[in-house]
Amino acid sequence: MISPGESAPEFTLRREDGNAFTSEDLKGKTTVLVFYPFAFSPVCTDQFNLYEEVLDDFKARGATLYGVSCDATWSQKAFREKLGVTIEQLSDFEPKGEACRAFGVYHPGGFPQRALVIIGPDGVVKWGYEAEVPTELPGANLIFDGLAAAGAG
Amino acid sequence: MTELGSAPVPAPSPEDHITGPDDAPLVVEYADFECPYCAAQHLRISKLRLRRVFRHFPVRSSHPRAWAAACAAEAAALQGRFWEMHELLFSDQGRLEDPHLWGRARELGLDISRFDADRRSDAVGDRVRRDFQSGVRAGVVTTPSLFYEGRLYSGQLDADALAGLSG
Repeated sequence: MISPGESAPEFTLRREDGNAFTSEDLKGKTTVLVFYPFAFSPVCTDQFNLYEEVLDDFKARGATLYGVSCDATWSQKAFREKLGVTIEQLSDFEPKGEACRAFGVYHPGGFPQRALVIIGPDGVVKWGYEAEVPTELPGANLIFDGLAAAGAG
Repeated sequence: MTELGSAPVPAPSPEDHITGPDDAPLVVEYADFECPYCAAQHLRISKLRLRRVFRHFPVRSSHPRAWAAACAAEAAALQGRFWEMHELLFSDQGRLEDPHLWGRARELGLDISRFDADRRSDAVGDRVRRDFQSGVRAGVVTTPSLFYEGRLYSGQLDADALAGLSG
């Protein structure tokens, strides 16, 4: 996985409205990329439900969260709506997993490992966390730790 | 800014809701009254000899009435009936709208106007938020979550974990 201090790689993800989200979109703000294996995981309260509950606290630190998976945009949107959350989803559907590979979080099983990456307004990776197994849901506390380490806390 | 970085789960304090014998194994639960898994787990562990600390972990996007239910339990607590309300909320999760909450308050013989003012008060909201934030800081991600001997058990306990608690 990409290390703190490295510049974010060149990548293209697809936004829900079909437009591209690239490394240019990281400039000038603190971004938290939340990589997750698949839309529609069978748990009662997903990590996105939790992050949504503390979204104002992320905003207070100037941080914008995005969910990233290899699911198609339509699946991601349906998943987001099913969860009832507002966190925008970015799709790494085609070429599949290319952005995830660039960040070093692509799992050999064909999906993103559950991972968190914080990128500063200068486009440099400030902090990262990779779950040991895809079933581990990283707590929001870890992101707040990361934001504090990145100087945004 | 509210501090939300990692911190150990707080030890039981006089502000907590605690039930069970003093010398029983201590568990700290983070739960949500609208979460079906929490209700199921409550039934399972209520058969065990435990000292239980209950803390709120309502997550609105998955459970729209979870906050209202948590605040109702706190309002009941201000009239000394927290655990009775806890039981009534978990026993009928399909009915958590305001009239249902008033119905429970009546059933417990609470002062309804006081109950209604309390459950909407900032003090009660802050009380629920303190629980939630302590859970976030301790790494709670989902409900039910339970701390036992310093370890976080996320989601429903399996048979081995349950046996470990009662052992």
